[in-house]
Amino acid sequence: MSWITALRRRPVAGYAVVLLGLVAIGVGYGALTGQSSPASAATPGTVSPQTIAQGKALFAVTCATCHGMNAQGTSQAPSLIGVGAAAVDFQMSTGRMPAKEVGPEMDRKPTTFSTKQIHAIAAYVASLGGGPGIPSAAEVSTSGANVALGQSLFITDCAQCHNFDGAGGALTYGKFAPALTQSTPTQIFEAMLTGPEAMPVFPDTTITPAQKRDIIAYVTKLRAEPNPGGFSLGRIGPVTEGIVGYLGGIGVLVFLALWITIKRRES
Amino acid sequence: MSEMQPSQGIPLEEDGGPSRAPHRVIGTPPPAKARTLLGRPDADGESATERWLPAEPANPAKAKKAERLVAACFILSMLASVGFIAAYVGLEVHSVDATLRSNLALGLSMSVAFLAMGVGATIWVRHLTPEVELVEERHPLASTEEDRAEFEKTFTEGAEASGFTKRPLLRRTLIAASVPLAAAPLVVLRDMGPLPGTSLRHTVWRKGMRMVVYGPNTPLRAADFNTPGQMITVVPEGYAEDQNVLAKATTIIIKFAPGQLQWARPGVPGTVQNWTVDNIVAYSKICTHVGCPVALYEQTTHHILCPCHQSTFDATNGAQVLFGPAPRPLPQLPISTDAQGYLIATSDYHVPVGPSFWELGASGFSGGNE
Repeated sequence: MSWITALRRRPVAGYAVVLLGLVAIGVGYGALTGQSSPASAATPGTVSPQTIAQGKALFAVTCATCHGMNAQGTSQAPSLIGVGAAAVDFQMSTGRMPAKEVGPEMDRKPTTFSTKQIHAIAAYVASLGGGPGIPSAAEVSTSGANVALGQSLFITDCAQCHNFDGAGGALTYGKFAPALTQSTPTQIFEAMLTGPEAMPVFPDTTITPAQKRDIIAYVTKLRAEPNPGGFSLGRIGPVTEGIVGYLGGIGVLVFLALWITIKRRES
Repeated sequence: MSEMQPSQGIPLEEDGGPSRAPHRVIGTPPPAKARTLLGRPDADGESATERWLPAEPANPAKAKKAERLVAACFILSMLASVGFIAAYVGLEVHSVDATLRSNLALGLSMSVAFLAMGVGATIWVRHLTPEVELVEERHPLASTEEDRAEFEKTFTEGAEASGFTKRPLLRRTLIAASVPLAAAPLVVLRDMGPLPGTSLRHTVWRKGMRMVVYGPNTPLRAADFNTPGQMITVVPEGYAEDQNVLAKATTIIIKFAPGQLQWARPGVPGTVQNWTVDNIVAYSKICTHVGCPVALYEQTTHHILCPCHQSTFDATNGAQVLFGPAPRPLPQLPISTDAQGYLIATSDYHVPVGPSFWELGASGFSGGNE
């Protein structure tokens, strides 16, 4: 056991113990926070005149202040005639609508409406005229999806705003592309179909429903991907990695410089 | 220099020239009458307080003229500096044109300020300061014998203690490790060639070539690309796997509602109407700054934003630069539809795509899309 004692008495032993402790804490934290689970998809209900009437009543108390009594739009908010049920479901299920205040970008927040209420309002808005409907659970199912094609499409047409990992990113004048880490498959499908806010539209004629499912499969699969370094660092790419590498590298160099100048004991 | 040797030791004033010192070979002793700057009186009792340099120039009239010239330069420099401050405080910078004017004024005034000061200083030195050779005595540069002996001892002992001399294995492997490391840059530098030739000026797009959606690589009908606010990345058919081709030919197409696009007119840059189909416009996806894929399209503002350096292009207006370091608009690809209604290119890009380069020429910048 004398070699342990000899090691302990070395001047660098203190640094080494602190370093070891930090690494242990980091690895432990990474292991604990690594997992996340995607939320389950909602199923659209059937549309009856009663549902539309219920939706109209809900619309009058929650949406009409900004969008107008007949959804014709005001100076505050756009017209909803022709936007379709999918747009309503996307905006309300992600909590973006009803909005707390008008700003450059509506952010995701917990919704206070039940799926049934949202579907009723969506049915009412859809009854005002056209627009894409809410996709069914089967339409957004990712079983048998081609994840590789989904990646190719995502990297080409989505990643420039939403980041290669779906972490989101900045746009102009305070707008931003939101992170896709909490989006349900239905919401991703609806966003591509309707193009909410500044997002371009990707209708079924250009990106087919099957290709949309491939993209959803890629986005949801990304969340389960492990972080090779133990930390995600926000998954926003080389910026954080560069900072950590730079600071960490400098730290190691300082440590090395100290180590070089430490006087070796005569034994 | 050897013919100068005889002049060594000639007194300063012998040839009658007031300020010309004889040339001297470096390392030889100074002429007998040369002055020293160390302030020590010479052996013949010359005082340290005697003047070393002439107080008056040889030609006072010429000197006066030079003096006026230098003063004029300095006053010009001063005016330019004041102008710089005035331009900085006074000129607006809140639009692109105003910023251009401000930059021009600031750059001009600052360069005149520095240039005039430099010219003035040069004239001053060349025409007003006396041309006299002075000798500044210094201590011998070599170290003392003891120091040199001690250094040699330390060096030898250090070399022996490090094992560099006693352990040839280490020495030889160290040298063996250094040689390929030194050769590595030479091998790497070789790959900087050859020159690109005209390859920067054209892409594979040509008349009748279909555009395919990148990923599934399926051609696209204009009738299917019918929702205003739509955007998709397309590549030339048959080249979807060729990364070298895609690096230049990758294109985005955007669908607009009727009336949203601003058409180019003679003298006014904009989107070229003949190069669009049913309000579908095709722009190069390669940023004209340093070539990042630029496709952050906002359907509300119609801005195309580059994620690398925030260059912003106006998609409704021929992708003119609204903001950022990009020097010219994104090139517009002339498109049409074929007999089956699929989107096709009708020619190559009319200006080079991607990062701008020295040899691009003025035609590449004059609103690439007219």
